[in-house]
Amino acid sequence: MTTSEVAPDLAASMRLSHPRLPRWAPVLVAVLAVAAAGLPAMLLGWSVVGWLALALVLFLVALPGWSMAVENNRAALDRLMTTLIWAAFGIAVIPLLWLIWTVVSKGASVINMEFLTYSMRNVVGEGGGIYHALIGTLLVTAAAAAISIPVGIFAAIYLVEYGKGTVLGRWITFLVDVMTGIPSIVAGLFALSLFVLLFGPEVRMGFGGSVALSLLMIPIVVRSAEEMLRLVPGDLREASYALGVPKWRTITRVVLPTAMGGIITGVTLAIARVIGETAPLLVIAGKTDSVNANLFNERMSTLPVYIYYSFTQPGITPPGATEAPGIARAWGAALVLIVIVMVLNLLARVIGKFFAPKKG
Amino acid sequence: MSVITSSPEKAPAKPPRSRGDRLFAGTAKGAGLAILAALAGVFIFLTIEGVPGLSQTEATYAPNHDFLSYVGPLIYGTILAAVLALLLAVPFAFGIALFISHYAPRKLAVPVAYVIDLLAAVPSVVFGLWGARSLATYLVPVHDWLYGHLSFLPFFAGPPSVTGRTIFTAGIVLAIMILPIITAISREVFAQTPRLDQEAALALGATRWEMVRLSVFPYAKSGMVSAVMLGLGRALGETMAVAMVLSASPVYTLNLISNTNPATVASNIASSFAEATPAKLHVLIATGLVLFAVTFAVNFAARWVVGRNERRMAR
Repeated sequence: MTTSEVAPDLAASMRLSHPRLPRWAPVLVAVLAVAAAGLPAMLLGWSVVGWLALALVLFLVALPGWSMAVENNRAALDRLMTTLIWAAFGIAVIPLLWLIWTVVSKGASVINMEFLTYSMRNVVGEGGGIYHALIGTLLVTAAAAAISIPVGIFAAIYLVEYGKGTVLGRWITFLVDVMTGIPSIVAGLFALSLFVLLFGPEVRMGFGGSVALSLLMIPIVVRSAEEMLRLVPGDLREASYALGVPKWRTITRVVLPTAMGGIITGVTLAIARVIGETAPLLVIAGKTDSVNANLFNERMSTLPVYIYYSFTQPGITPPGATEAPGIARAWGAALVLIVIVMVLNLLARVIGKFFAPKKG
Repeated sequence: MSVITSSPEKAPAKPPRSRGDRLFAGTAKGAGLAILAALAGVFIFLTIEGVPGLSQTEATYAPNHDFLSYVGPLIYGTILAAVLALLLAVPFAFGIALFISHYAPRKLAVPVAYVIDLLAAVPSVVFGLWGARSLATYLVPVHDWLYGHLSFLPFFAGPPSVTGRTIFTAGIVLAIMILPIITAISREVFAQTPRLDQEAALALGATRWEMVRLSVFPYAKSGMVSAVMLGLGRALGETMAVAMVLSASPVYTLNLISNTNPATVASNIASSFAEATPAKLHVLIATGLVLFAVTFAVNFAARWVVGRNERRMAR
């Protein structure tokens, strides 16, 4: 490099630090960019979105440009990438906030006691509610959980306690991972094929939905339970063996209680995941307007399917109204569903906090 | 997952096992085998019910005439929507993953990761409702703008849809839905980069971006590939959001913003299911089998890459 040139500007070349932009440079550029973008935005009557988009572009040009002038190309690239990464985060949060705001603002006005406690039986036009769909969702999900939780936890016990390092254990671990990616509609078609073979082509029942949902739920339960069981310190097991306790008593009395908090968290998250599944229930559980509390007989409405049909068959728009009555019901049901899912998620976190596995 | 590589410890001598022990071990093993049986069952039952769908009468495949011509546009639509979703989601997902693992202040990183996980928790039917009723109307001006300025590209040949319920909108909704899975997986691989590599890069005078490019990306490359593939698997199989957003017709078109959009395999099953005759049902199950085979292959490959990577890193 230029170290051999001992030139008059020795002091300059010996400087250990480059010139740097001041710490407040990004803030200054951001303010200037927003202000500068505001001018054309106001003159041409753009919306807020256009204004902010232009401001972002200006910022993306100005800050690296300034940096290139004062610092160097590498620093300019660094600032460009930092800006892009912050922008990626900022833009990605928008849809979530927008979605939640839309659902809450459109759904909140629909929800009242009638909406929650009436079914859609004999309802034409306005009125009616989601009672039958709520019952259906709770029953179908409960049955799915009743299938998935024992199978999932026992499989996790096998993977951690018995099948460690065996070929079978490795394959189960791998295929469980692959199963988490099964499309939900395929799970529905599987349940449909199974029940059609057993009961004939016109079969529809809530329990079929449970079978489909458990196919989606088991991999999630296995994965989380497996991780939790692995966290249980080996010392605990060995201490138990040393006292002469058989392996299965060790697992049920020592390992499982230690990991219980984490397992409950995982199960709750799995329930939250499948309670909003639509496609499998659309295929096998079908839709009805009345309350059906029998899992093994006839069609059974569930909340997600209710939303779908309220959207696709909203009914006739009454004169003077802007929307068909089904659309409002769809938003209301969507709000109820989101609240259920979010409460389950929060519950899972709280349980996870309270029962965090005790180390060593 | 390093457990896979660790050689099983040799037990010195097998202790005597009680009946309770054998029973419990058998139950646990049975549960593990039941999972494998369920997976095999998916293949078997879909094949039994799907194979008759390959050779139905011509009227069943209306408006097409045989299975291949029926499923062709659907597969094309599936791939188109998935590719669109990936193009939109991948840069954002990697950006957010880097934000969480390397750029955000600690205090911000945890809530951001939580918010992204919440995005994954929103049910797909709610995404569909929002996409069709809210996002689509807001995207109509975007459709008009794309048509006005970029109509020389085949993607934006128009005429633009007035409802906004196009494959373009569906692709955006899909992108939002697959964002969390890609972010979650790439975030984990980014965070696993050896600390010494990063500090060495910084100590040599690298800027933060150079540190990421020189020490994080090479380490995380295969993890990033498999994250994208898992996202692809999700996008291929997503049903409700596409079924609710799209107004579909069986066509091959590159045009993303017009009224005629190809459906995807999954959305077509959901939307034609209610009126299906038993013969049509076989056809729909056959398309489902195709979808299952494709997503299974994609997921299998992705997980295999992850597993291989973990084994390599564990050494």
